[in-house]
Amino acid sequence: MIRLEKRPQPSRGISLATPVLAVLATMFFGGLLFMALGKDPIASIRTIFWEPLFGDFAFYYRPQLLIKGAPLVLIAIGLSLGFKAGIWNIGAEGQYIMGALFGAGVGLAFYPLESFIVFPLMVLAGAFGGWIWAMIPALLKVRFGTNEILVSLMLVYVAEQLLASMSLGLMKNPEGFGFPGSRNLQQYESAFNADLIEGSGMHWGVVAALIAVIFAYVLMSRHRLGFAIRVTGEAPRAARFSGVNPARLVLFCLGTSGLLAGLAGMFEVAGPAGQVTIDFNVGYGFTAIIVAFLGRLHPVGILLAGGLMALTYIGGDIAQSQLGLPAAAIQVFQGMLLFFLLALDMFTNYRLRFGKTEVA
Amino acid sequence: MDLSAINPMLFVAGFLVAATPLIFAAIGELVAEKSGTLNLGVEGMMITGAICGFAVAVESGSPLLGFAAAALGGAALSLLFAFLTQVTLANQVASGLALTLFGLGLSSLLGQSYVGIKPPRLPDIDFGPLREIPVIGPILFTHDIILYLGLVLVAAVWAMLKFTRAGLVLRAVGESHDAAHALGYPVKRIRTMAILFGGACAGVGGAYISLIRVPQWTEGMTAGIGWIALALVVFASWKPWRLLLGAYLFGGITQLQLNLQGAGVAIPVEYLAMSPYVITIVVLVILSRDKSAAPASLGRIFHASS
Repeated sequence: MIRLEKRPQPSRGISLATPVLAVLATMFFGGLLFMALGKDPIASIRTIFWEPLFGDFAFYYRPQLLIKGAPLVLIAIGLSLGFKAGIWNIGAEGQYIMGALFGAGVGLAFYPLESFIVFPLMVLAGAFGGWIWAMIPALLKVRFGTNEILVSLMLVYVAEQLLASMSLGLMKNPEGFGFPGSRNLQQYESAFNADLIEGSGMHWGVVAALIAVIFAYVLMSRHRLGFAIRVTGEAPRAARFSGVNPARLVLFCLGTSGLLAGLAGMFEVAGPAGQVTIDFNVGYGFTAIIVAFLGRLHPVGILLAGGLMALTYIGGDIAQSQLGLPAAAIQVFQGMLLFFLLALDMFTNYRLRFGKTEVA
Repeated sequence: MDLSAINPMLFVAGFLVAATPLIFAAIGELVAEKSGTLNLGVEGMMITGAICGFAVAVESGSPLLGFAAAALGGAALSLLFAFLTQVTLANQVASGLALTLFGLGLSSLLGQSYVGIKPPRLPDIDFGPLREIPVIGPILFTHDIILYLGLVLVAAVWAMLKFTRAGLVLRAVGESHDAAHALGYPVKRIRTMAILFGGACAGVGGAYISLIRVPQWTEGMTAGIGWIALALVVFASWKPWRLLLGAYLFGGITQLQLNLQGAGVAIPVEYLAMSPYVITIVVLVILSRDKSAAPASLGRIFHASS
């Protein structure tokens, strides 16, 4: 008979080991999945994890890692603050879209003015767009006790419709021959979020992601607010007695994650994507949830997890073109990773006991 | 704008169809939540059911086999949730999200070769002369068996929860798992069964979209209906008949915005398309004051030793 016994203290060592074990388990079962799809499992896994970093064309793929990783890290850092406190912002995808719309909107409004002021204004607008979109579930939760999970999610679908409306209407490129989609901001120098070092993939979004990691680290380990977040997550009642204002915490956590998601969207639309299009969003807001958990809701962990997840995106693209692996297989692969992580987490809080069940 | 283009009888018949996926997904989730588990994976289970049902219906030529497969597919996915939350005691919110992310990926993987295919049609039940009744006939008696099954299911769940011993045990587990455990009820087994039932229902709801409502397969075609179903359970205060009412309300709104789009109303299509989601938010705000109806153990992890 096997049974679970609660550990007096969550095991720190196992908590750090589970992401690694989860990745290994995902590689194994992902390999089985790829085999079921008629692909060579070893070659598939190698292509996903090795090619982008050390393959023959790694010089081309490494910048891509930064480009894909930055929005994931930026969004996941914001989400992790809320998740730690039990505040579930699941609508980062919508906040990402709104950040892009606000940022691009400001940029397009200034077109064709060339000035150093345009880009900073776009950054502010993007952050504001994400923030205001996250404030809707936040204020509704504080004022009416509405469930933030459902509201933030509903707002994703609203944002997607707004995006479609903007790329077909207000923001449509007047010189676009009637095709949907805005002007390409990559061709508008003052608005273009270009690489800081040519060809490195290192644009302002990457810088922002790194700043966010440092900011979150300092906040969680040094600041009173970080303490309030941690206590609220672990013992909400104790938090209240120690003077934590739950409403303010909800506004802060949702607001910050919205702001960061908005920034991510803005940097994406002004840089790698270049324009507002109907299918501009590619699910970073949802993948960032996996990144946040995989990184143990810890800033440094999230940085590593974001890198890993970016790797699966790029490796997945390579596997798609070289081995014909379907794009959706990578999505399944990422979902699997979250499953294994959640399942293995059991060993952080419980230990297995073998032997007869004692009669209580 | 030409509102006379909207045929009221077709509109009502249409919103009964639009409400059916919601009814299935929400009544399944209601049972799962009554047992104390909050499964946020409804969207993932629905889309998995949509593709399982579609694929099996196309391959076998039998829509009913498709619906059976959809129930199995949804239940199989929910088994993962049951394993995570009941065996490995994982956080229910995170596990539900994992289910949705995984289900969306899995369904688009499975559905690759089914894009652009027409599924076999499930014939309407032949009510004979009832169909000829003016107004009521064309509205109520021109549907397939699954739609009526949805209504029967709501009634059955209501009766089960209210009148049977099994319903009482289920509610007890949802209200206080510790008390239920002390009385000797197998909390985890009961919750697992409730989760599986929820998964099967969500699967059927998803297949109703891919086989009847839209009849075709496109990636991500459930487009948030699973989440609306979750909101609907809150709207219904965990009561089956109110859930039915809510589903018709949402079905009506969905159908109305589609009809308005068709009639060429001056409002842009995108704003009409976002209306069901906006209205869901408004309804959540209005109803969220009263939380007393929620099962007391909802979302809490049960471990016998703690």
